Amino acid sequence: MAKPIRSGSDAMKRDFLLFIGFSVLVMLAPQYFRGGYMMNVLVFVGINTMLAIALNLLLGYAGQISLGHAGFFGLGAYLSGIMTTTFSLNPWLAMPLAAVAVGSLAFLIGFPVLKLKGHYLAMATLGLGIIFFIIFNETYEWTGGPSGLSGIPYLELGGISFNSDVKSYYLIWGFTLAVMLFALNLASSRVGRALRAVHDSEVAAQVLGVNARLLKVQIFALSALLSSIAGSLYAHTMTFISPTSFGFNFSIELLTMVVIGGLGSIYGSFLGAALLTLLPEILRGANDYDIIIYGGLLMVMVMYMPGGLVRGIPALFRKLAGRKGGVDHA
Amino acid sequence: MLEVSGITQIFGGVTALDNVSFSIAKGNITGVIGPNGAGKTTLFNIITGIYSQTAGTVTLEGKNVSGFPPERLARLAMVRTFQNIELFGGMTVLENVMVGMHTRSSSGLLACALKMPWTISEERRIRDGAMKWLEFTGIVDLADHLAGSLPFGKGRLLEIARALAVEPRIVLMDEPAAGLNSQETLGLAQLIKRIRDLGITVVLVEHDMELVMDICDRIVVLNLGRKLAEGTPREIQESPEVISAYLGDDD
Repeated sequence: MAKPIRSGSDAMKRDFLLFIGFSVLVMLAPQYFRGGYMMNVLVFVGINTMLAIALNLLLGYAGQISLGHAGFFGLGAYLSGIMTTTFSLNPWLAMPLAAVAVGSLAFLIGFPVLKLKGHYLAMATLGLGIIFFIIFNETYEWTGGPSGLSGIPYLELGGISFNSDVKSYYLIWGFTLAVMLFALNLASSRVGRALRAVHDSEVAAQVLGVNARLLKVQIFALSALLSSIAGSLYAHTMTFISPTSFGFNFSIELLTMVVIGGLGSIYGSFLGAALLTLLPEILRGANDYDIIIYGGLLMVMVMYMPGGLVRGIPALFRKLAGRKGGVDHA
Repeated sequence: MLEVSGITQIFGGVTALDNVSFSIAKGNITGVIGPNGAGKTTLFNIITGIYSQTAGTVTLEGKNVSGFPPERLARLAMVRTFQNIELFGGMTVLENVMVGMHTRSSSGLLACALKMPWTISEERRIRDGAMKWLEFTGIVDLADHLAGSLPFGKGRLLEIARALAVEPRIVLMDEPAAGLNSQETLGLAQLIKRIRDLGITVVLVEHDMELVMDICDRIVVLNLGRKLAEGTPREIQESPEVISAYLGDDD
């Protein structure tokens, strides 16, 4: 049974405490994982969490699919990479410039593309992702083509260069927590409600005065902008980028993170991103069988946790607790 | 208040509406009735900007609003409900009504995401306003329930509460009594009268004749896409054309 959340301020307080608790855990994590390798994996969890949240705002809240988000991620990475290498721009300047450029591009593309619905929208965004991938591969003189772009500088702040695992961890997770807070605020606001309304019944939302078309385009642009920031951070952390990181496979992986974690849940996006990033590392011991186990686990989760991890795990605990008490609520 | 003139709608080769004109006075409850296939719902969809008509104009408070999209009409204080209630099923009852306050609030995407101070006070105002309409329609105790889990009758009340949250000057209801039991229909009749008493003009498409004759000040009768008659409930009940349209001719 869900607790009544009538007053609103109770819910706000609860959400705030949850976020503070989560942030503390994130900040303490390096104390437990002294090994450099694990820190590296957790950096990827952070980047993927940002991307999953960006996609979730579009898919889980507004109900609009995108199979091309790896393209926006890559565009942010390449724009940042090219501006800081070829044009020797400061990375802190390149990152917002790239984000605004990618966001504006998505805004323009969004008007024609988001007129489409369902499968057609999926196909159009799929095509978009593929076009970006081809551009990354073919514009050698800018991107270095398939052999990639190297020598991208680290981010620096007050004389500290974010060039080690632990420093990168704090940089990436600082941004990830900011993106989370941003998305949590948005989700519980007037605009978040309008997005969910468009998802549930577009015509009813319009009748109540929601400009559904503009709102969908805005959220598409915001989603691309956040993906671009994640891309810039990726480029400045790895210092080397190549097109294979931004292909169709990664778009599908992002989609899987959002769905496995839980559509329309910000913390779900973190759970999905964490699981899909950590699972291949955990399964590394299983040699050639890792892919089969990986795929099998995902299938089982989608079948038995259709609401995603964020809803499935509490349900599982309730079920286990019920068994222990001797009462089985079927 | 609202005037439709010369509305014609042709779907493929079928003329759904043929040169329909009438006007609705401010503060009235007007019923639009007619046998199945008369074009009532099509007319509603044209007035509320869901369809665009083949010909004719819709005038709202002296302003030509033909072809305006629904979200623009909401800003001009016109709102509607649907025959098969269109709730936001994944949201709570309270949140549904809060969406109704969309045009009465203005925080943008960035301001909301950055939780600027003014968005917090606006959020409180939206919540209080929504609660007021839940009280008005008598479903305040369901505020925290998921809209998708409501029984149909309560869902209908929620849809009306949500429409009222727009603070409309005119509400169009498409078969509000459809799917309600007789007890619920009586409650609906009272509610619609109370809405009129707030100074809101009400237009309804309805099949429940008892309800229509009870609450409507004026009635427009459509048949086969044409306006057949217009008048007070008494005039309509005594009109030979209307009787023959509903019961068939003798010959």
